[in-house]
Amino acid sequence: MILTQEQQDMLDGKYGEGVAYAMKIQVAIGESFDAERMVPITRAHVALSNQEADLWFAEKLLAAGAKCRIPPTVNPGFNLSFFTAQNMVDKEAASLMQRTHNAYKALGAVLTYNCTPYVATNIPMYKEVVAFSESSATPYVNSVWGARSNREGANSALCAAITGFVPEYGLLLDENRLGDIHVAVEAVMDSDFKYHLLGYMGKKIGEGIPVFTGLPQKIGPEALTNLGAQLNTSGAYGMYHIVGFTPEAPTFEAAFGGREPRRKVVITDEDLTQILDQISLKGHRKIDFAMFGCPHFTLKQVQYIADKIQGKTLKVEMWILASSLVKQLADRMEITGILEAAGAQLVSDTCPDQPCWGHLKGKIGITESPKLAYYPKRRGLDFVIRDLDTAIEAALKGEVQ
Amino acid sequence: MGQRYKCHKISEGRVRGQALVSKDAIMFYLMDPETGVVIEPQHDLEGKSVSNRILIFPSGKGSSVVQADGLYQLNMRGNLPAAMVVQYPETVLVSSAIIMEVPMIDKVDTEFYNRVRDGDWIELDADQGFIEILE
Repeated sequence: MILTQEQQDMLDGKYGEGVAYAMKIQVAIGESFDAERMVPITRAHVALSNQEADLWFAEKLLAAGAKCRIPPTVNPGFNLSFFTAQNMVDKEAASLMQRTHNAYKALGAVLTYNCTPYVATNIPMYKEVVAFSESSATPYVNSVWGARSNREGANSALCAAITGFVPEYGLLLDENRLGDIHVAVEAVMDSDFKYHLLGYMGKKIGEGIPVFTGLPQKIGPEALTNLGAQLNTSGAYGMYHIVGFTPEAPTFEAAFGGREPRRKVVITDEDLTQILDQISLKGHRKIDFAMFGCPHFTLKQVQYIADKIQGKTLKVEMWILASSLVKQLADRMEITGILEAAGAQLVSDTCPDQPCWGHLKGKIGITESPKLAYYPKRRGLDFVIRDLDTAIEAALKGEVQ
Repeated sequence: MGQRYKCHKISEGRVRGQALVSKDAIMFYLMDPETGVVIEPQHDLEGKSVSNRILIFPSGKGSSVVQADGLYQLNMRGNLPAAMVVQYPETVLVSSAIIMEVPMIDKVDTEFYNRVRDGDWIELDADQGFIEILE
């Protein structure tokens, strides 16, 4: 890989040890993908996770004197003040979050603690070169906004934020953004939930860039968020196209750059039903809690739940996770009060895969997000997965059909 | 001497170990850090341990966070794979391997995939760009 004088100086330590370490990792990544050069970025999003590896890496960079050249927005850990006040976290968990907060603050990150920056706080322009990690974010910025990011890891995105550069390979190059697989959707896509299930078809879709046909002409940000999040739970996808909808796929031919698709996959209603059976606990049972907001719910989704449960009383706990921006709007618009009166909690800055949910260990929850059900398995949380209406109904009754 | 195949370095290093072949994509988070055993239901490697094996698999999968943390937790307990042989590398997997210093290669001849079996002894040298199935 050929570096500019500035990039070489970074690698040689003239900008400090932290920058040199970040650059060394990026050069290794670039060389493994046969990149010819490094190019500047103008935005970044780091999937901060408040896991031990995340803190270890952030503190290692910080100790070496690193500071972000491109201040990145960051993913949620958990809301330290809320969960401490509720007495829901032990000292060890609180200390982990405090240290993560301190490290990212000192590195110069923008402390958004939100996994959906692409709908509000960090929206790239068409063809803008960026470094986005977070499974739902990378496909969104590439596919929906037409920006250019590889499927960065939390660590490689942080390196990019520190150096201000990324190696040029993969989805940064025109020829690698063309579709590979024709995914003909025959299933009826009549809810945001169906996009969760469609995204979860990664095993059937296989490796490559999917090009979807057969989807409705109007698809909202919630559905697109779900699609990207689940594609990267069931597989590894940096981008997709939707013919006649996403900017780089005005036509079928344009999506594939005139080439023949490598293969065709048909997705039917039966496929979606089958995948749901595979990943969800069986129904017809009592549930202990409901959890939504993986990825973080939009104001529209929060309002939707509030409308459904207004004036009623939930049988079980309901947790709704959202950005601090959505939380503030909900407070101001007096949606939060409606939720709380019914027994639901709207919490900002928090992820389901965090040590703040200890009281739910061994219990059965309900959610509409396969990703939410998948990762917290390791923390002993199990879920029935159903569409949002059924899940809300289950929380009102304390059992699911 | 066994059969030697050329390959392409992703993450540096040279190791010898026993092969473990997965048909499914790998996610290091759903492994028990104490044993390296895959706990993901319906996974090709469910119930098997990746600890100190030369792990041969098509690709990584999972959120951008969990590969690094999964590997980190395995590392803390000495249960990292000895090396990784991947067909479809992507940035998340590659950066995690580089940071955790696990040797990793790709672009191995299909003949290797036809011949390699679980338990085969393998020598892998990412720096020299070869992988060998030892007799």
